[in-house]
Amino acid sequence: MKNGPGRSGLIMDEPLLWEKGKKGRNGMSIPESDVPAAALADELCGEGPDFPDLSEVEVVRHYTRLSQWNFGVDTGMYPLGSCTMKYNPKINEKHAGAEEITSAHPLLDDEYCQGTLRIIYELQNFLAEITGLDAVSVQPAAGAHGELAGMLIFDAYHQNKGKKRSKILMPDTAHGTNPASAALCGYKPVPIKSGERGILDVEQIRELMDEETAGIMITNPNTLGLFEENIREIAEIVHEKGGLVYGDGANMNAIMGIVDLKKCGVDVLHLNLHKTFSTPHGGGGPGAGPVCVVEELKKFLPSPRVDFDGSTYKQVEDTASIGRMHGFHGNYGVLVRAFCYILTMGAEYLEKASQYAVLNASYVKVKLKDHLHLAYDRPCMHEAVFSDKNQQENNVSTLDIAKRLMDCGYHPPTIYFPLVVPGAIMIEPTETESLEELDTFIEVVKKIVKEAETDPDLLHNSPSRFKVKRLDETQAARNPCLCG
Amino acid sequence: MRYLPHTDEDIRNMFDAIGVKDFEELFITVPESCRYDKEMALPDPKTEWGLNKYMAEIRTMMKVTPEHTVLLGAGRYQHNIPSTIPSIMGRSELLTAYTPYQPEMAQGTLQGLFEYQTLTARLLGVDVANASMYDGASALAEALLMGLRIGKKKKRVAMSAAIHPHFREVVRTYFHPTEFEIVELPFLENGRTDFSSLSGEDDFAAVALQSPNFFGVVEEMEAAAEAIHQAGALFVAGFSEPLAFGLLKNPGDEGADIVCGEGQSFGMPESFGGPGLGMFGCKKKYVRNLPGRLVGETTDLDGNRGYVLTLATREQHIRREKATSNICSNQGICTLTAAMYMASLGGTGLRKLARLNYDRSEYLKQGLEEAGASVCFSSPTFNEFVVEFKDDFRPVQKRLMEQKIVAGLDLAKYYPGFDNRYLFCVTETASKEVLDTVISEVKK
Repeated sequence: MKNGPGRSGLIMDEPLLWEKGKKGRNGMSIPESDVPAAALADELCGEGPDFPDLSEVEVVRHYTRLSQWNFGVDTGMYPLGSCTMKYNPKINEKHAGAEEITSAHPLLDDEYCQGTLRIIYELQNFLAEITGLDAVSVQPAAGAHGELAGMLIFDAYHQNKGKKRSKILMPDTAHGTNPASAALCGYKPVPIKSGERGILDVEQIRELMDEETAGIMITNPNTLGLFEENIREIAEIVHEKGGLVYGDGANMNAIMGIVDLKKCGVDVLHLNLHKTFSTPHGGGGPGAGPVCVVEELKKFLPSPRVDFDGSTYKQVEDTASIGRMHGFHGNYGVLVRAFCYILTMGAEYLEKASQYAVLNASYVKVKLKDHLHLAYDRPCMHEAVFSDKNQQENNVSTLDIAKRLMDCGYHPPTIYFPLVVPGAIMIEPTETESLEELDTFIEVVKKIVKEAETDPDLLHNSPSRFKVKRLDETQAARNPCLCG
Repeated sequence: MRYLPHTDEDIRNMFDAIGVKDFEELFITVPESCRYDKEMALPDPKTEWGLNKYMAEIRTMMKVTPEHTVLLGAGRYQHNIPSTIPSIMGRSELLTAYTPYQPEMAQGTLQGLFEYQTLTARLLGVDVANASMYDGASALAEALLMGLRIGKKKKRVAMSAAIHPHFREVVRTYFHPTEFEIVELPFLENGRTDFSSLSGEDDFAAVALQSPNFFGVVEEMEAAAEAIHQAGALFVAGFSEPLAFGLLKNPGDEGADIVCGEGQSFGMPESFGGPGLGMFGCKKKYVRNLPGRLVGETTDLDGNRGYVLTLATREQHIRREKATSNICSNQGICTLTAAMYMASLGGTGLRKLARLNYDRSEYLKQGLEEAGASVCFSSPTFNEFVVEFKDDFRPVQKRLMEQKIVAGLDLAKYYPGFDNRYLFCVTETASKEVLDTVISEVKK
């Protein structure tokens, strides 16, 4: 039986920043003053913050050691469901970090920054083409920010029609950001239970959709990894009552070049460039959440957007726009990376990426379904949702399985989400994992399932190969220590 | 394709294992009517070398190059960035990790965020800082919404007209669908906010000022705090240049309840406006109302110190529509970058650098005044200031551009009646020689 790559490594201890250093050291050059000291009123002056003084070497070692306690996509397989932890190409970092791009001030007149505007313009077009929708704003800084933009567009649309609506339909499989984004716009979420097959039931939508309801938020493929087969019919019902359809594009990685969102009846969609378009997650950000719409809603998009008249790129604002979502153009550096990714992949390989993502998830699903309980045994898209149902009799939980996987050299899948599957284990391998990687991972999961029967304490006491053992999250929340 | 490892043989083997004959069968649940029925019209795939060529061509379209000194500020600042920062922050263990939901294998990110929270709290003079928001503008909107949550039944907020115009626009975007009202406080002739209209008011949940404000003017924060608190409102203190607090009093010490602003100055380039980060903190008693991610200290099974994400019951993945915000990420690597920058400067360095910025900007301010321009606001400023030129400044600006100096932001489009008024920003990247060039071109 194959083992995972997990071994124990050389782990260096490293204190907190302020537990090291000495007053008077410095870690970066500061130019000497070449101008006279100017007067400054005493009452404005503070003492300056109590920061430690460190040398350059101390700072570099500090962060190098910290980095060695982390696991990234470059370290190993990261099958975190719904997060699309695919490989982040290095060349994209180089272009986003090119000095001509990084030194561009966002308030330069258009004539001085044609290059940076061109990237926005072309990316807007690429994303419209990939989704099938008509117009795009790249301003939202993350997926949830794109959702908020989408809900603001819903609100602007209905107010424009003369009547504010008060409710929104929300499947129970939705990410928590969906109801939270809708609530910011004053919409009360109306929960929809997924049907027996794990997808939305048309009759329920017909019953709940009315003229007080702004529309529906649908993640497709949904968070169970299943394609919402009835999306067109659902969209028709929603449209008939004057509502709009919001597509959460978190799972777009499964359907590029395969599904046309406009044909599905989607009116507004956000993309997560840090998932589908390979930009690094950075331990939590920065992301980018462009919002894409049908022609009728174009005028409501966040402004400014970028237009091209055949010779010049220019920033444009529509008077009907919901306004600015961000101080400038969003997380621009992230946009450059996604732009490079699309240029590298072209239509051919973007479609292949989606095909392989689905192939990999389907393969893992088939290979593991006799070992872990499979929530819905149906054709899956880019991810498959299992649970700890079979392990409960040995008092082994999803959390224990996740922690044991870490010792074997894998980042665990997403756990306890979606909420509709108790003890969920959501596996999304992505297209950048090879067959050998998948096979080893599958063997390791099978081994852990056996261990759950023969040696449950091995799982309970995992992980054991990291700088720290299992951490007490309850204590952290009960007596919060948020500042050193 | 180098990112896609499958060979034809792998694919056949996997089809066999799954029990399908082709990709078509894998996508059997996608109805025909939803299918993308044509080839996506995108440029042909590029090799790494082809991509390099394409991007190089785009770069040549930038008329302002890295050799230019940019004397524009307004929320985005040109500062020196030590090469240690991109080098270490480019380490893939930090860069290619996800949100640290599995803390045992993300202690690097987590300790780094805890250190960021601590340094930020010390810088801003608050008890608690979160692990960052998207940017300074959205942080301000979130701060005012937080004020309304704490203010319970109150429906109004006020913000100074001397706050960055884009930040105010973002606040209006966020507030548009809500029932809340925004009142704008005007500014006085000296460039400071006029908060006299607050006296006698008692229904504002929060009042926001920015200091240094959009004109670079340092506000009278203690007097503002008193007036705002007298009106029963929370004091939200914004900023766009955190370097100021190396020299000036910090907003927490001056009485702010919530402090928020843009942190790009701390180790991130302008990068056409993003990514940077929204720095955000508050007094301890408001922590349960705080939006955004928080890292806390705890112990492991053996009693060793470690770090985890905490107080998640405020957040969307637990509370859904009742969450304190819909935010589900932070600015991740930018947050660690800001912490590494603060650590590299240290307390001593931060003060020295802030002083240099102040002295150089005062040098230009005085020089421009001597050259015939008038300084618009008499109050003290940090890094940025507004001057009015007697004659059309644009020809001078053009001449300076030819000498690789981007001089001044035209304020006419931001404030009515601000014709011929320009906002200048001077940081440590502008040498005396550059400043003297600007002064002599204005004199001509």
